[in-house]
Amino acid sequence: MIPVALGVTFILFSLLSVTPGDPARLALGEDASEESLNEFRREYGLDRSFLVRYGFFVYNAAVNQDIGRSYVTRRPVAGEMANTFPVTLNLAFGAITFATVLGMTFGIICAIKQYSIFDNVTMVIAMLGISTPIFYLGILFILWFSVRLRWLPSSGFDTLSQRILPWITLSAPSMSIITRMTRSSMLEVIRSDYIRTARAKGQKESVVILKHALQNALIPIVTIIGIQFGLLLGGSILTESVFSIPGVGRLAVEGIKSRDYPIVQGAVLYIAIAYVFINLFVDLLYAWIDPRLRTRYRY
Amino acid sequence: MVLLRKNSNLYLTLVRLRRNRLAVLGLWIMLILLLTAVFAPLLAPYHYATQNLVDAFEPPSWAHPLGTDDFGRDILSRIIYGAQVSLQVGVFAVSLAMLSGGVLGAIAGYYGGHLDDVIMRFMDVLFAIPQILLAITIAAALGPGLMNLTIAVGIAALPTFARIVRGAVLSIVGQEYIEAARCMGASDAWIIAKHILPNCSAPIIVQGTLRVAQAILAAAALSFLGLGIQPPFPEWGGMLAGSRGYLRDYAYMAVFPGLAIMITIMALNFLGDGLRDAMDPKLKR
Repeated sequence: MIPVALGVTFILFSLLSVTPGDPARLALGEDASEESLNEFRREYGLDRSFLVRYGFFVYNAAVNQDIGRSYVTRRPVAGEMANTFPVTLNLAFGAITFATVLGMTFGIICAIKQYSIFDNVTMVIAMLGISTPIFYLGILFILWFSVRLRWLPSSGFDTLSQRILPWITLSAPSMSIITRMTRSSMLEVIRSDYIRTARAKGQKESVVILKHALQNALIPIVTIIGIQFGLLLGGSILTESVFSIPGVGRLAVEGIKSRDYPIVQGAVLYIAIAYVFINLFVDLLYAWIDPRLRTRYRY
Repeated sequence: MVLLRKNSNLYLTLVRLRRNRLAVLGLWIMLILLLTAVFAPLLAPYHYATQNLVDAFEPPSWAHPLGTDDFGRDILSRIIYGAQVSLQVGVFAVSLAMLSGGVLGAIAGYYGGHLDDVIMRFMDVLFAIPQILLAITIAAALGPGLMNLTIAVGIAALPTFARIVRGAVLSIVGQEYIEAARCMGASDAWIIAKHILPNCSAPIIVQGTLRVAQAILAAAALSFLGLGIQPPFPEWGGMLAGSRGYLRDYAYMAVFPGLAIMITIMALNFLGDGLRDAMDPKLKR
């Protein structure tokens, strides 16, 4: 975790330090005097070399829990993150919930009714879902549900009705992949002998599918869900841009455009840490699902 | 196909690929797209930057099959020229990622030890940044333009190839024929290039195809956010971004460029899935 945070910030620091454009000029405007520009550079340490700045950044982050102040708003980055990060998390959690619940449901039904009309139609839609860029899907949803039908608003993230379109948009590619994975994983399991045994002993079909089959098909599905959750954090940048949602992703993109480096660093750092936590959570989930893994790691 | 030996690996792969209807469809779409990109100046009814403000916001008609945009530019022509940009970025970015990631992965897998640790930990760090965010940051550092966009997308895709190649190399490096080659005095570079890479080409080619789709998508996303190709050069994602102010009244401005991205990605996905099944039946899911 700490090595990842150090690595991520170091890569960002190096990238941002070679980025053309003068942050002081962009923050203070075209007619700022040379004096105030220098003042600004001194205040934010921009007059020092990049290694010194990186050293100060790490020191402040570790000792004072301070990850800098925005060049533009002059407010602490941590505060900006506290405002925007929950929005992005909400977006990503909503989307992964949609993707998981619907994706697994569709996948299970497809596997039970293999080669039925439902299966074929779902697989075609899933292929479309994988191939459609989220920013295009978002625009299509706005065109249809906001402009044409006037059912849902096209921007913002405060009320439930504002959240539905972004959640579904962001979840679409993941939902498609989870559907396909659930289907193929279930199909593999459903033909095993122990499923036949379960049926032969007169077990109810719903129990056979949901308990016997699904539990054993779950590992690859959980892996995919974990990977998708990570991707969603990246995809939220585009969703936030399409639906004008004040989240970390949009903040980062605006930060890059206005050369507001502390904001960019903070945003990427938060997203990277969330990413690491998700991977950890997925690993823990494996142990919970698969008792064999649990015993292997017990010392 | 007559020129190929009947039992060669390539022949068998092609035979298997031809049986997969979706993969053949994907291949055809990509061929058409490639020809469109190459012959864009001949195919496009107008130049991509020709403005005609009198004809702005024309809905689809015979003169402008897909309508015109806010500057009166022909959308069909811009989509045709846009194929050049998307294919170039897709192919070159993946080539860059494949080459550099492949070399790093091969070195890490072949030599192991500290070198492996250093390279792969660095890749882990790159993996912890969502690819699109990494591409955005690199694109910002390099500045706009086709070349820089390609490099940004390529570097963002690099860790994936490093991981795949390393894994593939690890699975081969311990085998006896590698030991035999070493006993005969072959150099490391020779062993990697001649014995190891050809034997792990299947997953690399499959990932390469699927990754071209991802690269095109990433390039479109960057242009959509205003960090990729700058106007007036036509890029599908950029065109989509340009349409956002006019969604209410001129929906076709957004629909067609997006459709172009979608069809391209779908064709590459079909082709990649087909190649995976054809090259290594064991990989079939």
